[in-house]
Amino acid sequence: MVSKHFIKALADVVGKDNVFVDEADRAVYAYDAAVLDPVVPAAVVRPVTAESLGRVVRLCHDNEVPLTVRGAGTNLSGGTIPKAHGVVVLTNALNRILELNVEDLYAVVEPGLITAKFAAAVEAHGLFYPPDPGSQAVSTLGGNVAENAGGLRGLKYGVTRDYVMGLEFFDAHGDAIKTGARTVKCVTGYNLASLLVGSEGTLGVIYKIVLKLIPQPQHRKSMMAIFDSVSGASQTVAAIIAEKILPATLEFLDNFTIRAVESFSRAGLPTDAAAMLLIEVDGHPAQVEEDAAKVEAICRRLGAQRLRVAQTAQERDKVWEARRAALSALAKLKPTVVLEDATVPRSRIPDMVQAVQEIAAKYNLTIGTFGHAGDGNLHPTILTDRRHTEEWHRVERAVEEIFDRALALGGTLSGEHGIGLAKAPFMVKETTRATLEYARRIKRALDPKNILNPGKVIGEA
Amino acid sequence: MASMKDLARLVRELEDQMVVCMRCGMCQAVCPLYAETGREADVARGKLALLEGLSKEMFRDPRGVSQRLQRCLLCGSCAANCPSGVKVLDIFLKARAILAGYMGLSPVKKLILRGMLANPAFFDKVTEWGVRFQDLFTKPANEVLGTSCARFVSPLLGGRHIKPLAPRPFHAEVASLDTAPGSSGLKAAFFVGCLIDKIFPSVAHATLKVLRAHGVGLYVPDNQACCGIPAASSGDMTTFKKLVRHNLDRFPLDRFDVLITSCATCTATLRKVWPVLFSEDDADLVARVRRLSEKTMDIHEFLIQRLGLNLPAARPDATAIPVTYHDPCHLKKSLGVFREPRQLLQAHSGVRLVEMAQPDWCCGLGGSFSLEHYDLSSKVGRRKRDMVAATGARILVTACPACMLQFHDRLSQAGDAVKVRHAVEIYAESVAS
Repeated sequence: MVSKHFIKALADVVGKDNVFVDEADRAVYAYDAAVLDPVVPAAVVRPVTAESLGRVVRLCHDNEVPLTVRGAGTNLSGGTIPKAHGVVVLTNALNRILELNVEDLYAVVEPGLITAKFAAAVEAHGLFYPPDPGSQAVSTLGGNVAENAGGLRGLKYGVTRDYVMGLEFFDAHGDAIKTGARTVKCVTGYNLASLLVGSEGTLGVIYKIVLKLIPQPQHRKSMMAIFDSVSGASQTVAAIIAEKILPATLEFLDNFTIRAVESFSRAGLPTDAAAMLLIEVDGHPAQVEEDAAKVEAICRRLGAQRLRVAQTAQERDKVWEARRAALSALAKLKPTVVLEDATVPRSRIPDMVQAVQEIAAKYNLTIGTFGHAGDGNLHPTILTDRRHTEEWHRVERAVEEIFDRALALGGTLSGEHGIGLAKAPFMVKETTRATLEYARRIKRALDPKNILNPGKVIGEA
Repeated sequence: MASMKDLARLVRELEDQMVVCMRCGMCQAVCPLYAETGREADVARGKLALLEGLSKEMFRDPRGVSQRLQRCLLCGSCAANCPSGVKVLDIFLKARAILAGYMGLSPVKKLILRGMLANPAFFDKVTEWGVRFQDLFTKPANEVLGTSCARFVSPLLGGRHIKPLAPRPFHAEVASLDTAPGSSGLKAAFFVGCLIDKIFPSVAHATLKVLRAHGVGLYVPDNQACCGIPAASSGDMTTFKKLVRHNLDRFPLDRFDVLITSCATCTATLRKVWPVLFSEDDADLVARVRRLSEKTMDIHEFLIQRLGLNLPAARPDATAIPVTYHDPCHLKKSLGVFREPRQLLQAHSGVRLVEMAQPDWCCGLGGSFSLEHYDLSSKVGRRKRDMVAATGARILVTACPACMLQFHDRLSQAGDAVKVRHAVEIYAESVAS
């Protein structure tokens, strides 16, 4: 438990109303969107200025109290589950766009700003911020940076990392650190921003982010291709890339997911199709037309039974409706949803889809697979009921095997959800003992008291 | 008082519904309360986590959970946006009943719910006295809106700008009606609702005018009672069931084809809350409640869907007044009715519909929520008022008298010269009497 003195000190910094110590107020910061056991923190604090955020970090350091920074708490790997004797530091009051520079194509934002709100504000100026995690309607940019969030447009436009030009953050002592710049080119010192991106709150507390913006694509075209074999669909993915076409999005849905979506939204999808690809190309109108024609030809050559090209904006929306409904449709089937994000080189997508099907059969589980085929990032989604102990054990074993198979195919544990608590024990499988030790040495050097989100990514350092 | 163990056992009965929540947090995007406070305990995901904690006897003080559970507008935005389809309102209403059973009702709530609401005739008398004395205690606030505020420091009114009680409630004008179906071949019972009866009787008159004009027979029984939502949302099942039974007697199922209301909240309560919350050993009674619930329909939906009115959009004339439409949560999010009121509005050549930024963002009233959390309710309402003001509309139209009350307060406080009207009132102007 934290001391009364410490709570009072927090209140002196952020105001009494922004320190939550009541049982019920703390209990709602014990979880995130990962299927893990909740841990109730000792206190929750909500700074409303960057300056007070820094003072909170310093207080935690001086009192050796672990802190877990939380934006919207949507992450899927337990990255925002706190320590029982620690505090949760909320960033959602720090939510301003500090600067939106349309001449130099960047924006400076606070970490608590909601991703979709930022994207909309940018769009109003004819600009584009591409990273679009599935949770973008609520997720915060600080969280996106800390988790290096991805999204549907990763294939062509990259992930959050590719848009972070600079960062300002507090180190474990609460001292302000600045890295990067507002310029496209910058080689001033160590690339600390890159160290922070994806570090899941273990190396610093971000209070200012400089994000790169790009011009809006002038034109886009979407299509839906339906296949009677999974291999046809996955070969199409590889063939499109091999043809040197980079669609903005290239999404995959398996038969189980198609059926779930259809029974949920009656969108008129073919429930007997083995797999479906949703493809969007964007850019200069002439290029878009040419790419779309090529993609169409490839789909047909590799056995697409049906192909629907959206002619209007409404038809385009319809194409994406199915994809957007995927998680909802699956989530409604069973109480517990385990959304995995094993990722493989895209040429190995057919093998990975096959592997997931084998694992589902082996452990007698229901697994729907959909995801970002274009960048190899699949979401095998296990439907279960966590209260069913025996089944839950099978789920745990299946998850482990999904990791193993992805790694064996040259893939990675996580494409976009992060490691957090959930996958920390598996880190050594993907890297090496020395790699983990190297990371832990960095952590120990920068955070000797181990107060910054301890236990995440590299385990207990 | 029951023990913590009993409480946990009762909450556990909701487990099958609660476990559906996958904690994705998407409810944050649409929760009007969370938008103001940024506190997880104010959003559905947090409240569901609290209830789950309660079922596991995690809390020493269930009162804390109960207080946080009460901080909810019950607008249903979260449920309408939930990827997992969690039936948030059902869970919250049942949980409130369980917690009210554990902790008891506050004396004030007991007085209002059991003393007044549960006795319709006495409720009518109290408001009659209110009409007589309201001028003494209030003074005019905004001429366009016809609002008043407290003349003296008043714990009852605080800083509110209220729409005063109507000089004559609807039931004093039309005690009861029973007419034969006309050209439509249908007969509609009319459930008036407290706010329309006592504050906005013009909405009731407009409703009857429209129904008559379309050849619908009318059945309006006297001595109607409240729909029960104030009792249900306070967890007072005794009063709730009493009110349901009273109304059931006033509306015999064989006397009409459809039961119409012009209050979004009453419609949602009859349609969605009654069948979920009304439990009784008497299977026949339960079946009657279910059938009455199935017969209940919102007036706009009735006109467009059931009567099949084909209303071509009128071309707004040169002097058409700009109006904007607010979607009551209970109409759009609970019942999926949002096209129909707009269609009716657009049939009137004298108005021009200008949509506001987020027409279905909650107005913030939430019935008794506004009594207990006036500051929060006002904050949500102010955001809404700004959306209205940005449209330049001269009339704010909606379809729920509770929203109308909130808009009277918010627009009046802002000094806006914007009238507040019900969609059916506007539509009634365009039909021949």
